[in-house]
Amino acid sequence: MTVNHSYHGVLIGLLVAMIGSFFADLLAGPVSLQWFNIWAAIIENKASLDSLIFFEIRLPRAILALLVGATLGISGAALQGLLRNPLAESGIIGVSNCAALGAVLVFYFGFTQWAWFALPLAGLLGALVSVVLIFLLAGRSGSTVTLILAGIAINTIAGALMAMALNFAPNPYAMQEIVFWLLGSVANRSVSDVLIIVPFIVFGGLLILSCGRFLNALTLGEETASSLGFNVQVLRWRLVVGVVACVGAAVSVCGNIGFIGLVIPHLLRPLVRHDPQRLLSVSAMGGAVLLLLSDVAVQVLSSGGELKLGVITSLVGGPFFLYLILKNRNVWG
Amino acid sequence: MGLSAVLNDESLLLTGQQLTLSITGGATLLNAVSVTVNQGELVGLIGPNGAGKSTLLKLLSGVDSPSKGCVSLAVSGSLEPISALSVRERAQKMSYLVQGAKAYWPIEVEKMIALGRLPFQKWWQQSSDYDQAKVVRAMQLTETLIYRNRIVTTLSGGEQALVMMARVLAGEPEVIFADEPVATLDPYHQLHVMELLRAHAKGERAAVVVLHDLSLAARFCDRIYLLNDGGLFCEGSPEMVLSQHNIARVYGVDSQITRVGQDLSVSPVARLNNR
Repeated sequence: MTVNHSYHGVLIGLLVAMIGSFFADLLAGPVSLQWFNIWAAIIENKASLDSLIFFEIRLPRAILALLVGATLGISGAALQGLLRNPLAESGIIGVSNCAALGAVLVFYFGFTQWAWFALPLAGLLGALVSVVLIFLLAGRSGSTVTLILAGIAINTIAGALMAMALNFAPNPYAMQEIVFWLLGSVANRSVSDVLIIVPFIVFGGLLILSCGRFLNALTLGEETASSLGFNVQVLRWRLVVGVVACVGAAVSVCGNIGFIGLVIPHLLRPLVRHDPQRLLSVSAMGGAVLLLLSDVAVQVLSSGGELKLGVITSLVGGPFFLYLILKNRNVWG
Repeated sequence: MGLSAVLNDESLLLTGQQLTLSITGGATLLNAVSVTVNQGELVGLIGPNGAGKSTLLKLLSGVDSPSKGCVSLAVSGSLEPISALSVRERAQKMSYLVQGAKAYWPIEVEKMIALGRLPFQKWWQQSSDYDQAKVVRAMQLTETLIYRNRIVTTLSGGEQALVMMARVLAGEPEVIFADEPVATLDPYHQLHVMELLRAHAKGERAAVVVLHDLSLAARFCDRIYLLNDGGLFCEGSPEMVLSQHNIARVYGVDSQITRVGQDLSVSPVARLNNR
């Protein structure tokens, strides 16, 4: 079983890379930490400035980068499998912009002072609105194409409303706040931010993983998948709800971070021999690695925090995607 | 309907009663067509483009649900409506080969054929040794073992048709439903696929196949359903159905029907104007 061997090799390799980049992200930052201080805090419960920085700033940041990267990777792989199209990502069902719109409205009306959870809550509500709207527009029995058309329409409208919020921003400060937030970042998030999104990401991730066999069956098209004993209508919605839950949670805390959902499944697909089910877990790990490394790059390149994470992923992702297209242009006919 | 009936005819395997499919907008694709499939039978569905062959096949195989009517399958001595079976149970017993079947991702042939075992695996289960043995057997039957490590999308049309047949055979279904499985194949592969279907439709198993080649239908099928304009035109043995008169009425062509050994050979010769 050489196939299994190479698959396990890929899994182990990515796991090692993920752990490595997680620790690299913990190490990165403007202050160099004394590790025995953190050790002392764990063992003897003795707080210090170093342990405070570590537990309140760096650990939530690295965990967020890991979770959000994994979310974007697995969601991209899930939607590409559902559509049998390597160009799909979570924007295509409207969830990213709706979650972002929810958060933007919080900035716009200045609700951020009310409660720390106003921002993530609004983002999650935005994601919920997106899935309800798609459901109303596409209907329970609508085809995948109807579903995607509804998603794209919702994405566009949410984008337009965000532009309007920027247009009528009450003051330049609010405008700057919105723009910086939209660029996407994992900096300066709290432990509470992590805790509020973990249930959604775990729930969404499990829903997506439970559709793995369905995605394999979809390799032969929807009618064949149906004849192979899969309830296409139910499983399609399960997949969409899974993506909305985890991407909505990720966007509501970290903003729109582009290109990972598109590039990671595309890049890793040959490693799992185009197996859509295996691509899910592999893309989750690959997405986590890419976002963690991007976050390390952000901190190395600009210690003041001016450079946003979403800018780096797009800057790296865009040209890389171009390279892939040029390399494979003959394959796509 | 909805109730299962005790079987009087022991060889009866599948029935479709008064199957009607109307789509939103009011068009009726299929109108009150009834079909029976017996054990050991290879049943052909023929008719011009748009006659409703593919629609009927999808209803019989359970891929689509009829607006009216009921499809029933013989399950341990009684006829059960397939809507009462779980989708998994249905998939274990009935297999559907879509028209122009293709793989959307460039996966390996063996892996593609193994998808035919999905109805037998629970969601937490991987492919077992038993599944693997069935996959190998299907590759032996279809003579596709030599391609097992090839990428399915790089195979020729004829080779792809055979591995798609292998995918269906790997599930060892009671009934195979194949939609124009030979439409784009050369004569060698046409005969190969038809022989595989013929070999499957033996004993307690059966197959239903949509065909455009009337000579192939005459040669391989036990019974033929001739569809026209969403309705059943006539049904019976190839000799009965494939008459010059019927072909002229339904297809609008004049045809030459000759006997070659035990089989009929049907060749269309001219279009008729008074269709």
